[in-house]
Amino acid sequence: MAIIEATGLTKIYRTRKSEVRALDGLDLSVPEGTVKALLGPNGAGKTTTVKVLNTLIRPDAGTATVSGLDVLQQPSRVREIIGASGQYAAVDENLTARENLAMVGSLYHLGRRRSRARATELIEAFDLVDAADRPVKGFSGGMRRRIDLACAIVINPPILFLDEPTTGLDPRSRLALWAIIEDLVQTGTTVLLTTQYLEEADQLADHISVIDQGKVIAEGTADELKAQVGGHRVVITLVDGVDQDVARDVLQRHGAGPVRVTSPRDLDVAVEQGPAELQLVLGELSAGGVPLHDAGMRRPTLDDVFLSLTGHGAVADTDTESEVA
Amino acid sequence: MTSDTLTAPVTQATSRRLVPTVSGAAAVLSDCWTITNRNLIKLRRSPDMILFAVAQPIMFVLLFSQVYGGSIRVEGTDYTNYLMAGIFGQTVVFGATFSGSGMAQDLKEGLIDRFRTLPMNPIAVIVGRTSADLVLNAISMVIMILTGLVVGWRFTNGFMSFLGGVGLLLLFAYAFSWVMALLGMLVRTPETINNASFMVLFPLTFISNAFVQSSNLPGPLEFLANWNPVSGLVQAARELFGNTGSAPLPDTWPMQHPVPTVLIGSVVMLAIFVPLCVARFKKISAR
Repeated sequence: MAIIEATGLTKIYRTRKSEVRALDGLDLSVPEGTVKALLGPNGAGKTTTVKVLNTLIRPDAGTATVSGLDVLQQPSRVREIIGASGQYAAVDENLTARENLAMVGSLYHLGRRRSRARATELIEAFDLVDAADRPVKGFSGGMRRRIDLACAIVINPPILFLDEPTTGLDPRSRLALWAIIEDLVQTGTTVLLTTQYLEEADQLADHISVIDQGKVIAEGTADELKAQVGGHRVVITLVDGVDQDVARDVLQRHGAGPVRVTSPRDLDVAVEQGPAELQLVLGELSAGGVPLHDAGMRRPTLDDVFLSLTGHGAVADTDTESEVA
Repeated sequence: MTSDTLTAPVTQATSRRLVPTVSGAAAVLSDCWTITNRNLIKLRRSPDMILFAVAQPIMFVLLFSQVYGGSIRVEGTDYTNYLMAGIFGQTVVFGATFSGSGMAQDLKEGLIDRFRTLPMNPIAVIVGRTSADLVLNAISMVIMILTGLVVGWRFTNGFMSFLGGVGLLLLFAYAFSWVMALLGMLVRTPETINNASFMVLFPLTFISNAFVQSSNLPGPLEFLANWNPVSGLVQAARELFGNTGSAPLPDTWPMQHPVPTVLIGSVVMLAIFVPLCVARFKKISAR
């Protein structure tokens, strides 16, 4: 039984000059107790999807339910059972961490005493004890994010929406937030999160929906998606572009997909047996007398997923449109 | 940052659902109080706002009474007495504009989005905003009254009538806060709200009887001044403070019946703008 269901979600933003279909018939289903990641570039419709589901905006068409409640008909009942954290940490700069948490507790109608007790509990759990009674104003991005996430789980909501929870964080803060989210999931919370990073979706999510131009274009586990794009890519940089044709032939023989040429000297290809294929490629290039400036192996990125699914990269989209609403 | 010492499992704090214990009217009141309190905390921690609320009224009272006091004559009363209701009126109307920039600021920072995903009553965010601004206005009011008394202002209609005048000024300002709150949610940028308010409120408060008798203004301006709601407000306060001069009142309904004008005007403003604010709030979302 899916705890989050959306069918045919459509949202169109009109301005005088243009019309942007932020959502174009998007379908989504998240089973209870699982983590679903919406993966896509800026402007794909990830944020709009989350905002429809957490009752912030009304779609122009389509239906959605959260725990069986219609988000359009019963938004206030939905709000009683969800926690939400937006793309930018929405905490009151002038309040302390403790005051922010107590405020959110009061607004969930927990009562003053329980709200305060809960604030103290979360401050300890999120390792904010030292900073708890200072205004948020002076906090780092990572700390704000943690307070924001703590605000979202004040009632231990059965359903949690996280919009790009780690965007803009340094790697260490990102790992810390991942640990928190993984902990939450252990207790049975259903999580819908958005991300631009395949690695993040891979780490946190049971299922991934790849979104492009307001539609889901692929769905599956991280492994299933990676199988579509190839597990690893062998990447080489030539010393001289004149060797390109030779290098391309070598990569083509060992690759599991088309060879990508990103500059006269840079080539890469998806491979099935990462390290083994890399050794073979290097051996053949060396035997053929092709000097290399750099060579290696890397995991597929969002861009690779997009290229294989849509024929265009993830980055190209962001030039024309930014995420609407 | 001590993120790598994050060992205390969050799980301990997440093992059980927390259910609401407050409901119905008590929940609405609690929401309104929570947001008002949050805005008041901000006020306490922003020395610049307190300075603005305290120093500016003192400055206005002193400037106007000392600079113009000697050169403007009002029949039947002293200019300082005449002036004070005008300064009170102007200051509280300007004070109400904080509601606009405050809403725009919350929207910009994403707080409105957070509030809108919580099961709180939507009216509470705007009640909390306007109530906190009312407190700020009341503080300004007290400061102005004290400064006025120091420079020689006296109310002569009795204490209850004086309180009525103060109440009327604050009621009007409160109702006007809702107009500004709606504007804040439509315009979305705090800076624009501040600039736009000055463009509108300076003419509104100067083309009125706040600082001079409207009969001293050139024809078209006199007409505007006699129908200006701010004139009605100032005239009402003047009557209740016993600070009117002996010159005959302009022959327009608001000026002849200033107290009912302000009462009706404030109620009408609230009746229109409270529902509009709530409707707007339910749709709004940060970009």
